[in-house]
Amino acid sequence: MAYFILRRAFQSVLTVLGVMTVTFFLVRLAGDPALLLLPVEATDEDIRRLRSALGLDQSLIVQYVKFLTNALGGDFGVSLRQRTSALDLVLERVPATLELALTAFVLGILLAFAIGLLMRLTTSAKVRTTIMWLALARQAIPVFSFGLILILIFSVWLRWLPSLGRGTIQHLVLPALTLATYELALYLRLFNASLSAEQRQDYVRTAYSKGQSRTTVILKHMLPNALLPLVTIAGINLGLLLGGTVVTETVFSWPGVGRLIVQSVSQRDYPVIIAGVFIISLIFVLVNLIVDILYGFLDPRVRVA
Amino acid sequence: MSSMDQNQPPTSASPEPVLSVRDLVIEVPSEQGMTRLVDGATFDVFPHEVFGLVGESGSGKSMTMLAVMGLLPAPVQLTSGKVILRGQSLTDLSFEQMRKVRGKSMSMVFQDPMTSLNPVLRVGSQIAETVRLHNPAMSKAEVRARAIELLGLVNIPDPERRYQQYPNEFSGGMRQRVMIAIAMANDPDLLIADEPTTALDVTIQAQVMKVLARVRAKTGAAMVLITHDLGLVAETANRVAVMYGGRMMERAPVDPIFAQPRHPYTVGLISSLPRLDRNVGELYSIPGQVPNLAKRPPGCVFHPRCALSDGRSPCREQLPEFRQVGADHRSACHFAEEVAEWSRKTAVVLSGDVAHGSDRKEPATKAPVLRIEQLSKDFAIRRRKGWGHDHLKAVRAVSLSLASGRTLGLVGESGCGKSTLGRLILRLIDPTEGKIWLMDADITTMKPSRLRPKRKELQVVFQDPYASLDPRMTVHEVIAEPLRINGRYNAARVNELLQHVGLSPEVAGRRPPEFSGGQRQRIAIARALALGPDVMILDEAVSALDVSIQAQVINLLKSLQRELGLSYLFISHDLSVVHHISDDVAVMYLGKLIEFGSRDQVFGSPAHPYTQALLSAIPAPDPARARSSERIVLSGDMPNPLSPPSGCAFRTRCLKATEKCAQLEPELVERTGPAHLSACHYADESGVEQTSRRKVGAS
Repeated sequence: MAYFILRRAFQSVLTVLGVMTVTFFLVRLAGDPALLLLPVEATDEDIRRLRSALGLDQSLIVQYVKFLTNALGGDFGVSLRQRTSALDLVLERVPATLELALTAFVLGILLAFAIGLLMRLTTSAKVRTTIMWLALARQAIPVFSFGLILILIFSVWLRWLPSLGRGTIQHLVLPALTLATYELALYLRLFNASLSAEQRQDYVRTAYSKGQSRTTVILKHMLPNALLPLVTIAGINLGLLLGGTVVTETVFSWPGVGRLIVQSVSQRDYPVIIAGVFIISLIFVLVNLIVDILYGFLDPRVRVA
Repeated sequence: MSSMDQNQPPTSASPEPVLSVRDLVIEVPSEQGMTRLVDGATFDVFPHEVFGLVGESGSGKSMTMLAVMGLLPAPVQLTSGKVILRGQSLTDLSFEQMRKVRGKSMSMVFQDPMTSLNPVLRVGSQIAETVRLHNPAMSKAEVRARAIELLGLVNIPDPERRYQQYPNEFSGGMRQRVMIAIAMANDPDLLIADEPTTALDVTIQAQVMKVLARVRAKTGAAMVLITHDLGLVAETANRVAVMYGGRMMERAPVDPIFAQPRHPYTVGLISSLPRLDRNVGELYSIPGQVPNLAKRPPGCVFHPRCALSDGRSPCREQLPEFRQVGADHRSACHFAEEVAEWSRKTAVVLSGDVAHGSDRKEPATKAPVLRIEQLSKDFAIRRRKGWGHDHLKAVRAVSLSLASGRTLGLVGESGCGKSTLGRLILRLIDPTEGKIWLMDADITTMKPSRLRPKRKELQVVFQDPYASLDPRMTVHEVIAEPLRINGRYNAARVNELLQHVGLSPEVAGRRPPEFSGGQRQRIAIARALALGPDVMILDEAVSALDVSIQAQVINLLKSLQRELGLSYLFISHDLSVVHHISDDVAVMYLGKLIEFGSRDQVFGSPAHPYTQALLSAIPAPDPARARSSERIVLSGDMPNPLSPPSGCAFRTRCLKATEKCAQLEPELVERTGPAHLSACHYADESGVEQTSRRKVGAS
């Protein structure tokens, strides 16, 4: 197990390095930031001086090596727009993203777990079909439209909740609901499908042949197996959520990492973009590492050779 | 196995049956209304006896017993009939009431041990679960102690440690023994074993059957053995019922079933079986296909395939009664009285020695069409612990040659490397070392562009006829594809090929899913024949087929070989089939060739202890012989190929192993006769002993 974790941790580091390299070169392909930073009437001399100040006149390889060395020391440079540390700018936004993503994630997965299990234990197929249709319908609505519908109902018509910004718990309700219902629909459909698949497995028949009750077969035998695919998808999805839910953050003007990166892209504020991508890839890789380790504990087939 | 005590008839004048099944009807809703899967199963199982339930796939044998357990998978349902266990009618019980019966007075062992245990729960807790369910008063420690005792009872070494482990740490044979431990946990009156050894190798089958016999002897449980394997039934059962198309065809004690069967289907089934104790040129085969139960033929369900019926009207119109034709002997045939006479006349042979087939070929004289020399394949397996890779030596320095027009049988248990060898020869994977010659051309390292034209000389038929044909292509396209690739497409040729394999050219427009397993395998053979190959690799090509269909395909392969002068490399785990079809036989163990010789040498006087054990593990479809012959039961499983034993790879399971075997790896050389190679230091003595004890297929 220790080797397994070590190997996966090593792979994670490589992944983050890879992501940073790709981002660095991609950003450079997008155009010269010096041109964008200076007013239109700037002279060639101004441009040259700024480029030299930013280190843009050196060869790309030298810039890249310098960038990596600095990044390893936690220095991603200074935001071209705001003149403060790019990493600090990003880190400032992390709590907002964490708050929204974790609320939505926990809400979604807990509800999915509870509803999915209750559906299985109370054996009404009709109720189950109806719920699954609702879930499918929710999945079919894009986050963007769903967010706007919520704003329309709860902020514009009912005037119960604020539509923009972050601050009080009321601010959190609408964006969290937008994301949580999506997560709920996703996990519920997945959980239901994986429980149905487990129901047909031979070991379930074995359990019944022992004289086991339906409830125990579901809880003791099917559930641990049905959770395995859920853990994998949840890991990937949590990573995505934590990486910033760009659309939701934009719709509700939520000051998260996703929104910051979108703004920085349009301003070609490349130190911020790179710092943002770094943080996101770090979170993503970390979450997946945890999921893999968790998987090892849940599934003995992964644990031992 | 001490079959003596096993085949003893039930003690004293017929006591109350443990289980009575009466007129069981099982149906499943389908587009055409209800389809009957089982139609009127009726039988009794008496204390201490083994009741064999025999049939091919779709015969309804498993469904019958699942219904007895109350475990029919939805939407399959029990429509009518009675199940009485120890005087208690089970068919009226609720789910909750059935729970008290299942696992207590009656329990079941299922076919596939790899999937029948819950992968995420410890083995011990899965056994303890059954104990606890039916003994709520037992303390935790008592339950645990009982579960460990049960593990010991089924011969799991080191039960204390094994109790803590998960199923994936157990081999297939051990998992099945765990299933037996679960089934026997509460000393049931009735044990139902559904193809308990079908997924296992023969040497492991022998271990499992031995354990089953022992635990049953200890508790006195009656057993219903569901199987397609007539040999296993002959060896294990006291009474037998034969099912076909959901109906019971015949029911009798085991001796008359094999010696004087009274139903043409039973006769056909027994005669289609390739056997070690017989040399026949051609197997008897029941014509036609397994019936489609949704379109059950009127009258006798077997009549469309019955040679005895010959289209007589009662067979077509009247459902035959399941009537008494002898002492404890029933048959569902209008003409049961004619069966004996008919089987004699049509030379459908049932027992004793048969006129030897005359199709034995002369020993090879011509140059080999296929030759491999010191062929090896290592797979790099990533270490679970630590960095780097381990090398799995799947094939270790194997040399073989296949002469023109002959069949070389390659046998061994799963994991011995026989299929890897086949794939190496096909150049689907690249060898680590060694050489492959095809018709004097060295193809070992030939580039794909030069290899491609060679491919038409070497073709393959795989095991699974369901997976090896593209379901979206028509049969015509499937067979035409190799022709098109080589620019030799011609519609008439496709039709000719279909006729070659016994299919009508009219089926060319249909797609593989519309065909049965046997028909699909014929299509796969037609595809392989399309380019007129000289050599065919048949990788378990008949293993997935039912006995009656298997005989058809084997006969087809043999006649194609005669007509077209093909050479076969016949890879199989089934020694009886290999015995029937091969001229020469090679035996593999743990990646190495351990014996090679003519068929009669290898089967008649096997030189290697492993070959001897393999042969002795095969149950003969002959109750009298099964009782009289001694069996060598190998202990343990095949060693981990990642760390093979030193010296002789087989020594860890060998009865003859000595210090020398651990130190010196025996070479594959002539030891017991001309051109009979074996890799055992003690080959001489063992071979002689073996021939004197079992006279097998010597001609």
